[in-house]
Amino acid sequence: MMSVKNLIIIGGGPAGLAAAKSAYDAGERDILILEREDKLGGILNQCIHNGFGLHTFKEELTGPEYAARYVDEVLARNIEYKLGTTVLSIDRKKRVTCANETDGLLVYEAKAIILACGCRERPRGAINIAGCRAAGIFSAGTAQKLINIDGFMPGKEVVILGSGDIGLIMARRMTFQGAKVKAVVELMPYSSGLNRNIVQCLNDFDIPLMFSHTVVEIKGKGRVSSVVIAQVDEKLNPIKGTEQEIACDTLLLSVGLLPENELSKMADVRLSPVTGGAVVDDDMMTETDGIFACGNVLHVHDLVDFVSEESEWAGKRAAAYVRGEKTVSDKVQVDAKDGVRYVVPQYVNRTGDEPLKLKMRVGNVFKDVRLCVIGDGEEIYSRKCRVVTPGEMETVNLNEKQTRALKNCRQVTVCLKAVER
Amino acid sequence: MKEMICICCPMGCRLTVDDSDLNNVKVSGNTCPRGEKYGKEEVVCPKRMVTSVVRVKDGDVAMVSVKTKEAIEKSKIFDALDALKGVVVKAPVSIGDTVVENVAGTGVDFIATKNVGRI
Repeated sequence: MMSVKNLIIIGGGPAGLAAAKSAYDAGERDILILEREDKLGGILNQCIHNGFGLHTFKEELTGPEYAARYVDEVLARNIEYKLGTTVLSIDRKKRVTCANETDGLLVYEAKAIILACGCRERPRGAINIAGCRAAGIFSAGTAQKLINIDGFMPGKEVVILGSGDIGLIMARRMTFQGAKVKAVVELMPYSSGLNRNIVQCLNDFDIPLMFSHTVVEIKGKGRVSSVVIAQVDEKLNPIKGTEQEIACDTLLLSVGLLPENELSKMADVRLSPVTGGAVVDDDMMTETDGIFACGNVLHVHDLVDFVSEESEWAGKRAAAYVRGEKTVSDKVQVDAKDGVRYVVPQYVNRTGDEPLKLKMRVGNVFKDVRLCVIGDGEEIYSRKCRVVTPGEMETVNLNEKQTRALKNCRQVTVCLKAVER
Repeated sequence: MKEMICICCPMGCRLTVDDSDLNNVKVSGNTCPRGEKYGKEEVVCPKRMVTSVVRVKDGDVAMVSVKTKEAIEKSKIFDALDALKGVVVKAPVSIGDTVVENVAGTGVDFIATKNVGRI
């Protein structure tokens, strides 16, 4: 049986909750959130550390507290949601097929869909580490779930590969629970995590962070007994003779996050090879009409506050789309160049006059640069940065005048320029 | 003089702290008042928030997350964590409920950070 819904939101984590709230506040009442876990809140439920919400709520919350704020907003509005419900497929016509234990198979036809499915961790298989298949190898997020949700300790002597935020947070978390974290090993010459996390999760507990190193072999029978690490050259290839063996029973992998776009592909949503998420316009609409994307399924964020902000905007614009008020116009493409790896959104509608927010990541660590938006050869916007790193997303907030200027250009690029001395 | 990274928020401002006179510590490089406070505290008496989990009885989840209501002295972190050992709370639990009072003599309580329903 097919039911009709104005707006279906796939995912009840921070992105989905914020999108639902703002779509409701924009006047939309026929909303359904589909969540595959048994609780709303998504990954925040296992992120028990503090540091969330400084932008959104002007106070420092833990992950579960931040999630609860948005869950309360959704409950207060009586927005419909289904838990334990896995979406099996979506298509171009915005038909959503999902299943759960109570209802069995459900098919909906939606006027608009918001993809808010988040991201997943890169697994061991994606990084080709040689060695055994012993127990004791976990993604950092899995270890986080085991400790914080299920109450199990996955190991005692730990090496962590990758210095992304989850890896850093887990170094501290494992230490708190009595484990010995012997090293955090990072392939790149810099961390992709936040500086504050290096300070409060590693330095506070004298956990060594080894840049330009990687794990080349995992040893052990039944259970991990040691890992072999080695230094890497500029091309990231291990250097012979630099190997050292570290005894441990656990290896955590924090080697990157990938937007989860299996459903998007079914609906022919065009994806960016750089972000791994959809290509969107400034309304966060993908190139498949009526399908929107926000949060980590669109591009991986460092801060949940920015996920909420982006998703509230997507929710508002999806509500406008359902009402038939989304402008369909010619678009200007926004390219990333000269040190900037990507910009979201990739396209900007020429119509509409809301001030634009451009989000981007750089491809390397750069010091003393200007972050510039160039339209048809003219500088529309520029900001000096003491340092930009791939680990920290940069945002450009254009004012109304700069937004208008950008919308009138044939060609727009965002790039880094050296600061003239 | 000490160079440090402020941990108050994800901005991670690079601070320069003049600690030649501990009664008159000077902080520069901060972009907000929290950074100044952090820089001063870090050279006088560094403090940290502590977060962990404790077991729940009859709850709709196995564990409830907790935090120190305020930052406590860094040197007391592991004493605070010891105070959580063996603690079991009964569902239902609401955000803000006290889980352990006056942790390790700091005068600060551990409070719940998750709502847990009863089964």
